[in-house]
Amino acid sequence: MEPPQLGLIEQSFNSRYSNWAREALDELPDNFTITDPCISGHPIVFASRGFLKMSGYSRDQVVGRNGRMFQGPNTCRRSVMEIREAIREERGVEISLLNYRKDGTPFWMLFRMAPVFGKDEGRVIHFVAVQVPILRRRQRRRNGEGLCGEILSNSCRREVCSSSSVELAGVSAADSDCRALEIEEKCEASDTEKQLAATAISNVLSVLTHYSESTGRLVCEKRFGPSLVSSSLHISLGRIKQSFVLVDPHLPDIPIVYASDAFLRMTGYARNEVLGQNCRFLTGVDTDPSALHQIKQSIQAQQACSVRILHYRKDKSSFWNLLHISPVRNATGKIAYFVGVQIEEGSVDRHGLSPEMRQLSVVGSIKVAVRSSSMSYSIH
Amino acid sequence: MMLRIKRVPTVVSNYQKDEGEDAARRGGGCGRNCLQKCCIPGAKLPLYTFKRAEEIPGDKCVLEHDDNQAPVAFLDSLLLGQWEDRMQRGLFRYDVTACETKVIPGRCGFMAQLNEGRHLKKRPTEFRVDKVLQPFDGNKFNFTKVGQEEVLFQFDASEDGEVQFFPDAPVDADSSPSVVAINVSPIEYGHVLLIPRILECLPQRIDRESFLLALYMAIEAGNPYFRLGYNSLGAFATINHLHFQAYYLAVPFPIEKAPTRKVTTLGDGVKISELFDYPVRGLVFEGGNTLQDLSNAVSDACIFLQDNNIPHNVLIADCGKRIFLLPQQALGEVSSELLDTQVNPAVWEISGHMVLKRKKDYEEASEENAWRLLAEVSLSEERFEEVKALIFEACSYTLSEKEDEHLTQGAGDDKPPLEGTGSINKGRNCNMVSGTQECLVLQ
Repeated sequence: MEPPQLGLIEQSFNSRYSNWAREALDELPDNFTITDPCISGHPIVFASRGFLKMSGYSRDQVVGRNGRMFQGPNTCRRSVMEIREAIREERGVEISLLNYRKDGTPFWMLFRMAPVFGKDEGRVIHFVAVQVPILRRRQRRRNGEGLCGEILSNSCRREVCSSSSVELAGVSAADSDCRALEIEEKCEASDTEKQLAATAISNVLSVLTHYSESTGRLVCEKRFGPSLVSSSLHISLGRIKQSFVLVDPHLPDIPIVYASDAFLRMTGYARNEVLGQNCRFLTGVDTDPSALHQIKQSIQAQQACSVRILHYRKDKSSFWNLLHISPVRNATGKIAYFVGVQIEEGSVDRHGLSPEMRQLSVVGSIKVAVRSSSMSYSIH
Repeated sequence: MMLRIKRVPTVVSNYQKDEGEDAARRGGGCGRNCLQKCCIPGAKLPLYTFKRAEEIPGDKCVLEHDDNQAPVAFLDSLLLGQWEDRMQRGLFRYDVTACETKVIPGRCGFMAQLNEGRHLKKRPTEFRVDKVLQPFDGNKFNFTKVGQEEVLFQFDASEDGEVQFFPDAPVDADSSPSVVAINVSPIEYGHVLLIPRILECLPQRIDRESFLLALYMAIEAGNPYFRLGYNSLGAFATINHLHFQAYYLAVPFPIEKAPTRKVTTLGDGVKISELFDYPVRGLVFEGGNTLQDLSNAVSDACIFLQDNNIPHNVLIADCGKRIFLLPQQALGEVSSELLDTQVNPAVWEISGHMVLKRKKDYEEASEENAWRLLAEVSLSEERFEEVKALIFEACSYTLSEKEDEHLTQGAGDDKPPLEGTGSINKGRNCNMVSGTQECLVLQ
């Protein structure tokens, strides 16, 4: 997986928040990261100084990467799943998690994440994640015994069992001795640590809200207003690299409700120029009307079709579009959208998949995304 | 109303027919473009070859795209594209995306689907359901009889350590190819069958090599919402020809969300936990120093179960990082009033995905109903403890074969006691301790 271009990362932050935002964030003592779920790979776009110190990495090593880089063999998979689901459902989550520093040492931290919504878009534009190291060891005591776990050959385990030595040692020393221990236990954060997390999140969100005002692209902590396409679907669709649009046949004039970045690049339009428009803006003088007719008929018959149609970019240049259209149903079983997948005639796929197969795979991915995202009763 | 267990197998291929019909047509040549000697020579199918873990430095699993934000992986695209192609060619018995589906309200999040077309009205011939191991029967339907159009691609390890795709590779019978085929009665979009070494006609039973292949597929797809499942005979496997199933569903499965209690760690680093607060008792395998270690631990456990006639299901989740093993009650012991025709508690149902035939059942589907149905096939607590202990013995027995210098006790010595706990602490450095060890409860 190639890391996304630095340009996109910079853009993610700078288009939202004024220049002073970075400074303000750098002044906060907390450990946190800001990620952008709409960029492929859901990368970190900002990491605080505290976070870099805690993890042992430099800024360059972290920005552009996904948070899983801090996970390791003993990170609880179920906890990772909970975080993944929170992202998908665009809500917050607070959970203890085992992470790994650059030098490979594991450490427990309280992970608290909150979504940041764009006021205009009504969907998540960033996630803020705060990490509070769990210093005080909270062990579960059963039957009056000390720590539970397995019989291990590590001889220092007994010494480490007593809480006094753990408190003296501090985090890093305790880590290397307790490595075997940490693997087994789930660490619960103290109330103090939870409070720290809550305060940190609040600090970061305040800064972001405040500094988004000057760019005019406001952000807020709660979703504001309806969105054309549900946010969790938006995130799934963002993974698909090919050119495609989703249109809604239930709205008047069948407008585009989603357009991929690749579509915008291919046609030369900006997103706000295409959303809400019917696809006919792509046609021009020499477009064959019978191809258009075929498309219209397929949509009415609720069937898939492939046409070769002459389309025009914003700069008026034309190209042959191998267009594939297919109905897409949601969890109710009824058609929710039609997808149009564009391939410019003559383009080649490095894997050797034929254009038809590439298009079909986009259709498949979208069908899975739309069906799944509309299943959960808890979303919207 | 009570959800009931049914025993009618599903039709997974358009070529799966009644024995009678089939025999009558077997007069002349096949003409069906199948995968048997009649049609294989000259056959071509796409071929995807994956890189084996040991050919990559470091832990391959760590490199995988394990969240839903990763770019679409290649195998993902190939599988989805091929599937959509077959959909548009009309090879499926119905459009599964036209089947209404929902998450049942409740804390578990069971999923229900209204699917009237999945189960047959009439009953095709079955094999006996009381034996987990049964020999392959060439007369019955098997996957070499499917039409080649139902096969999406061959799936095998790469020879030169590189992931490769050949859109049009000859099917080389001598290399014993493994294939991915469609399930014509899909439970969800992308429902496929992985058939290891299809031409060898292996019966439905786990072996180490085949299980490892299934694990590789989960890893290669790189999508935590693409899961693989296995049903043993007696646990609602439909066909006695070795196969795994897989499909996409981008929501968490109830079984994945169930809390687990750590039980032990094997010497090779494989961590075993057990489910609790879930209607079916089962084990979860994770970790392992290498992929093979994890794969072998699960395979060995399955082999033990099948050798001891204990029906079981396996779910491979989280891109192969979490594997669930669920032993089932022998069908003969489930109360007869429940052996009616409604729901097959096979691996997907047990994981929390129910396919319902009647609108009424779908509308009235509740967490309690689902729970009660699944609890019926779970082993009792007592029996599960016994089986668990025996599984660990089976795993440690295999370890003892590897660790020659620590072989102070043969497997034949000191059989563990079976009353309740089955403690088998042999004091070696494989960290085997009994299931009654107190462990932290993950909230």
